[in-house]
Amino acid sequence: MIRFSDEQAMLLDTAREFCQKQSPIAEVRRVIEAGQPLDATLWQTMIDLGWLGVTIPEAFGGLGLDLADTVPIFEAMGSQLLATPLLATTLAAQVLITNGSEAQKNQWLPKIAAGQIATIALTEANGSWETDQITTHLTQAGSGEMTLTGSKTFVLDAGVADVILVSALRDGALCWCLIDASEIPEGAIQREVVIDETRRSYSLTLSDVPIRADQILPGTAFQKIELAAMLLITAEMSGGLEGVLAVIVGYLNTRKQFDKLIGSYQAMKHPTVDILMGAEMTRSYLYHAATVWRDETDEAVIEAAVRMAKCCASEHFSEAGDRGIQFHGGFGFTYECDAQLFLRRALWSQYQFGDDRHQRQKLGALLF
Amino acid sequence: MNENEINEFRSDVRAWLNENKPATPSFLLPETFMEVGTDQQFEFLRRWQQTVYEAGYLGMSWPEAYGGGGQPQVMQDIVNQEMAAQRVPFVPNTIGLNWAGPLILDMGSEADKQRYVKNILSAEDIWCQGFSEPDHGSDLGNAQVRAVKDGDEYVINGSKIWTSLGSYAKYMILIARTSNEGPNKYAGLSFFLAPMTAPGIEPTPIKKLTGEFGFCQTYFTDARIPADCMLGNEGEGWSVAMKTLMYERGAVGGQAGGLSMMDLNINDIIELARRATRNGQPAIDDPLTRDELVKLVLEAKGNALMGSRARVPALGGTYPTAVAMSGKLRSSELKRKMTRFAVSLQGANGARYISDDALDGGKWQRSYLNSFSGTIGGGTTQIQKNILGERVLGLPKS
Repeated sequence: MIRFSDEQAMLLDTAREFCQKQSPIAEVRRVIEAGQPLDATLWQTMIDLGWLGVTIPEAFGGLGLDLADTVPIFEAMGSQLLATPLLATTLAAQVLITNGSEAQKNQWLPKIAAGQIATIALTEANGSWETDQITTHLTQAGSGEMTLTGSKTFVLDAGVADVILVSALRDGALCWCLIDASEIPEGAIQREVVIDETRRSYSLTLSDVPIRADQILPGTAFQKIELAAMLLITAEMSGGLEGVLAVIVGYLNTRKQFDKLIGSYQAMKHPTVDILMGAEMTRSYLYHAATVWRDETDEAVIEAAVRMAKCCASEHFSEAGDRGIQFHGGFGFTYECDAQLFLRRALWSQYQFGDDRHQRQKLGALLF
Repeated sequence: MNENEINEFRSDVRAWLNENKPATPSFLLPETFMEVGTDQQFEFLRRWQQTVYEAGYLGMSWPEAYGGGGQPQVMQDIVNQEMAAQRVPFVPNTIGLNWAGPLILDMGSEADKQRYVKNILSAEDIWCQGFSEPDHGSDLGNAQVRAVKDGDEYVINGSKIWTSLGSYAKYMILIARTSNEGPNKYAGLSFFLAPMTAPGIEPTPIKKLTGEFGFCQTYFTDARIPADCMLGNEGEGWSVAMKTLMYERGAVGGQAGGLSMMDLNINDIIELARRATRNGQPAIDDPLTRDELVKLVLEAKGNALMGSRARVPALGGTYPTAVAMSGKLRSSELKRKMTRFAVSLQGANGARYISDDALDGGKWQRSYLNSFSGTIGGGTTQIQKNILGERVLGLPKS
């Protein structure tokens, strides 16, 4: 069952138009070349569109829509390879909405709705984000004082974030710590080199950073956040699949070899149809997951739907990127060929929060 | 019908099926109407169709004047659903019930309706289809079987292939060429409700890769059929055939109902994975097998979700026809993969074939071999990919 709300339909139209205008491939390349942590002008435009507040409750200055309602935005961004702090900020807001105290929500959600940047730090230096693999921990330091120690990686947009939400152990139990950027020691945040050059990824190394009790979130929902990240990344991947397919079809319809358009060769045509089928299936899984996210209450059902979607997207987007390179022949081997942008995006997305193999492993336990 | 009436009817149907569902015979039943290979199988299935018809569960929405039930379509839909759910055998006269019958009701004469319709329902007259030809595969418009008018008869020469139930059929819906003139190849085609009993028509069974029979090649040698068995006018055969294909694909309603094949879905494969053993252990406990099974579940569920998304026009995307046009490709390939996997679940016993020693009598091995009828018949997977590449993605012709 797939249901598509009027809100989603409206956002889909707006977002597609916006992303096509703001992020043609030449602009994507310019952003990569410039290497800046943030395109402030673009960010302001997105704030003006109200995208930062879509999921934030009305009481805190947002629209109060469901996270699933942002799926069309991320899908549209993915098709144009537009990477902004919207992903990290939406996820961080979700952490606060799900786990934060009233005071924490009051302090941060209105600021986020108005454009402050937030991010989450889940993945440990060992490459795992799973709750039983977290080693970052709080230590009691005297009366009521605590300190936080640990190393996180793949923290998106940490370099420009106003607030970071960190997963950590406290007396053996997991919790979320909220850290204001001003309280993070100099040098703790370092830019990382990642395969998708549109991303701004950072490591976060914390050594005895003081934490007050009011920085710890009362809620301890972790899986829901992991699934939220998977859902939004899947949305980007679904868009990316559409984008790379357009690049491939464009080339197959213009490039000639042996006096024939290469799209007339079945060796190209048939695998391109396979990519189309993968894209169609991914989009179906995506909007199914969005439907289930919004309408279901059973956590296991939501988990299965999101994992299936992430699995399908990971497999098909990375394959489409891979074939996209190959089908461009010699040109595909060059930096100039746009297929590499999509392949690199596909690889980043595939490995964040579990690739297809990881998802299948989890699904085996959920399904049978 | 209101909801109470519907529920009541559904439980009546369920109870009837429970009581009247035939016991599993000692021989392996075919899984689709295209696979009926022995008299024993045929008689079993024909008796089942008679039983269902006599109970009033077939042709429920067809006019009473021609042997139908004169009831709302929803009742037949319920019967079909319950039949699928209870895994009862299929009814063999599919071509009559679902293609020829609706066509005759739609455009046949009063005499045609009186003559053919009731016996289609009762399985008294089995129908077959004469569309494909040996040299033209799926290129229906290029049909070369000749029909030459001679007085009040047409003289037919040539041959048709893949005639399911050809040995048992009393009538054939036949496409033949009455003329080579006309602006294009389609113009010279005509459509007949041909009696298979006419001298000079010889259905010859074809042995399939399974070792069984189920299809015929039908030879026409100066076979004379009455001119009044033409449906539509001379030269209009193509449009009548297209109408038939609409019924065949379920694109329009009016079918008599009943199952035309045993349903195979991913839950059957999951169930088999629990039951079948590899190296003495349940197949589902083997991590590699499990991973393959998850892949198949994802493909099966993804296919279903594609249909679900296609019903939301706002989510049509760049290629809004992609889902609808790829249905046959996806479902036939999935069935091939599922049955192939089903064999692999049996470990060493995967090497067995139809016999008492094989798991489920060798049904899965046979199913896998038969699955190619889906990936080859009605335009091969490769042709489907050409069509999708060209008509959906807009790639140049091969």
